[in-house]
Amino acid sequence: MSKKVLAILEQRDGIIKKSSFEVLTFVEMFSKENEYESHAIILGSDIRDLEEMKKYFSGEVTVIKNDKLAHYSSSAYTDLITGFILQNNFDFVFLANTVFGKDLAPRVAVKTDAGLITDCIAITKSEDNFIAIRPVYAGKALEEVKIKTERKIYTLRQNVFQKEELQFPSDAETHFVEVNEIDLKSVVSEIRKSTGKIDVAEANIIVAGGRGMKGPEYFHLLEELAAYLGGAVGASRAVVDAGWRPHSEQVGQTGKTVSPNLYIACGISGAIQHMAGMSSSRYIVAINKDKDAPIFSIADYGIIGDVFEVLPALINELKKV
Amino acid sequence: MKIAVCVNHVPDTAAKITILPDGKGIETTGVSFIINPYDEYAVEEALRMKEKSGGEVIVVSVGPEQNKETIRKVLAMGADEGILLKVNSGIDSFGVAKLLADEIKNINCRVVFFGKQSVDYDNSIVGQITAAILDYNCISNCVSLSIDGEKVNAETEIEGGREVVVSGLPIVITAQKGLNEPRYPTLKGIMAAKKKNITEKNVDIPEPKIETVRLKNPSEKKPGRVLGSDASVVPELIKLLKEEAKVI
Ligand SMILES: Cc1cc2nc3c(=O)[nH]c(=O)nc-3n(C[C@H](O)[C@H](O)[C@H](O)COP(=O)(O)OP(=O)(O)OC[C@H]3O[C@@H](n4cnc5c(N)ncnc54)[C@H](O)[C@@H]3O)c2cc1C
Ligand SMILES: Nc1ncnc2c1ncn2[C@@H]1O[C@H](COP(=O)(O)O)[C@@H](O)[C@H]1O
Repeated sequence: MSKKVLAILEQRDGIIKKSSFEVLTFVEMFSKENEYESHAIILGSDIRDLEEMKKYFSGEVTVIKNDKLAHYSSSAYTDLITGFILQNNFDFVFLANTVFGKDLAPRVAVKTDAGLITDCIAITKSEDNFIAIRPVYAGKALEEVKIKTERKIYTLRQNVFQKEELQFPSDAETHFVEVNEIDLKSVVSEIRKSTGKIDVAEANIIVAGGRGMKGPEYFHLLEELAAYLGGAVGASRAVVDAGWRPHSEQVGQTGKTVSPNLYIACGISGAIQHMAGMSSSRYIVAINKDKDAPIFSIADYGIIGDVFEVLPALINELKKV
Repeated sequence: MKIAVCVNHVPDTAAKITILPDGKGIETTGVSFIINPYDEYAVEEALRMKEKSGGEVIVVSVGPEQNKETIRKVLAMGADEGILLKVNSGIDSFGVAKLLADEIKNINCRVVFFGKQSVDYDNSIVGQITAAILDYNCISNCVSLSIDGEKVNAETEIEGGREVVVSGLPIVITAQKGLNEPRYPTLKGIMAAKKKNITEKNVDIPEPKIETVRLKNPSEKKPGRVLGSDASVVPELIKLLKEEAKVI
């Protein structure tokens, strides 16, 4: 019998997250390559883009629908997903390495006797098993690691695996499942969004500022540039500790690990703890007035100059085009 | 009430990481080790809870003899008692969690604090696994917490915002930066810590579920190009980002 693969998806306010589409494409390809059977599951109350999934995923989709599941509940989600995995005997389970994925995956792993590897950036076949590659020591080294149990769960780093549309949208069935017993021992009662902003961990483009930005009153330059590029604002720890920016924007070893397509570092020296969190970005631009700043050692394009001259020029130039 | 806090002992974040020739670990001679930074928030929260509602803070660590340094630091911050679950060879996250869960059952704690992530292997799973083994509730990535009798109200940091979580005891909390401002040990605390007890227990390593094949160096990024030293190179930069990098 062919092995079975499950993608666990995440929605917020009924919208399926971009990182979940990345997981769908991964599971689609992984299952095709190995001739496994693929399946996806999502929990929620009013999920809007179920049709959108069919553009990316040809396997069956199960939707567990209930008003009480609108927000995340670690107890209820763990119970329901554990039940689903055991009932259908999935061999491989994939989630995005989001806060949701990292909370749920370990709990499900324990309850389904699975092994778990988080934050994978690649998974390759090797003899009778799979080897996952993941950054450790905040990206200063890579670990090759494998799971020894029969059932295997992996979380995939965001922005590393790209979503890809199928040639033809899938015509597989979507199953809606009703549940009665929901254990809300632990439940999210409310979500407080940081207003309209893209989170650094999810952004394709990040414009980050450090102590060289002189003060919180100058970060509007970065916000403007980020807005033009459709990106998010990031920050070094120095400016977070100084209270200029919220911790949710901190990039680095004790902040977020990010891998956007483009990272623009403005007035950031490039301390080892900062670079640990962003060195895997695809392209890095550094603007710093000190030619010896370590950030230049990993920048694809550097400008040795004053951020207060370069940034306005950059914004002006972008306005033109 | 007894409050447990689980702490890891990790290489300093500023340390240069050199992989051993066999790829099985890193060179530790010459590397200074510290308390895992996130665990400081966990310790601080445990101490505040004790100061508010009374009780006893017990610090637990799984690892070699050297982990006592970190246990001692936590005792100096104000914890009452230390436990070292001594293992000398490699152990996976499931093994660490199993040993911690057994010990927590043993000392009978209904509130257990963890850091959200060890900054060595960056797994961020030990707290959640421990909670699942014990069948405790679990709030991970916590940035605000209040425990009132059996009721727990918390906020967690998620992508793009915060979640307000309602839960109850028994519970595992994993601490994210922002939860509090950890205290430094005082001289008095350091002196007092010398007299506090660290119980050492030899334990068997559970059957691993995960096996590290090897560590390797990330592919070196080639040093980039300096385009110039003033704003006049901005048009060139935009052209490169569009045409060479194709990222905007
Ligand atoms: C345990 C631990 C964890 C840490 N975790 C993190 C982390 O997660 N993230 C993080 O970022 N840091 C972290 N750090 C802190 C890190 O070591 C650095 O202190 C911090 O990154 C420095 O921030 P910065 O680059 O903004 O400031 P600085 O190092 O002060 O650099 C400012 C830069 O701005 C440049 N500059 C000044 N004026 C201008 C101008 N007008 N135009 C252009 N350039 C200008 C200067 O040349 C300088 O290079 C951690 C440290 C420790 C000990
Ligand atoms: N060896 C250990 N001993 C005690 N606690 C640990 C150990 N390893 C991890 N932890 C705890 O589990 C948290 C998450 O660790 P990890 O899953 O390794 O990223 C840490 O912040 C610690 O609180």
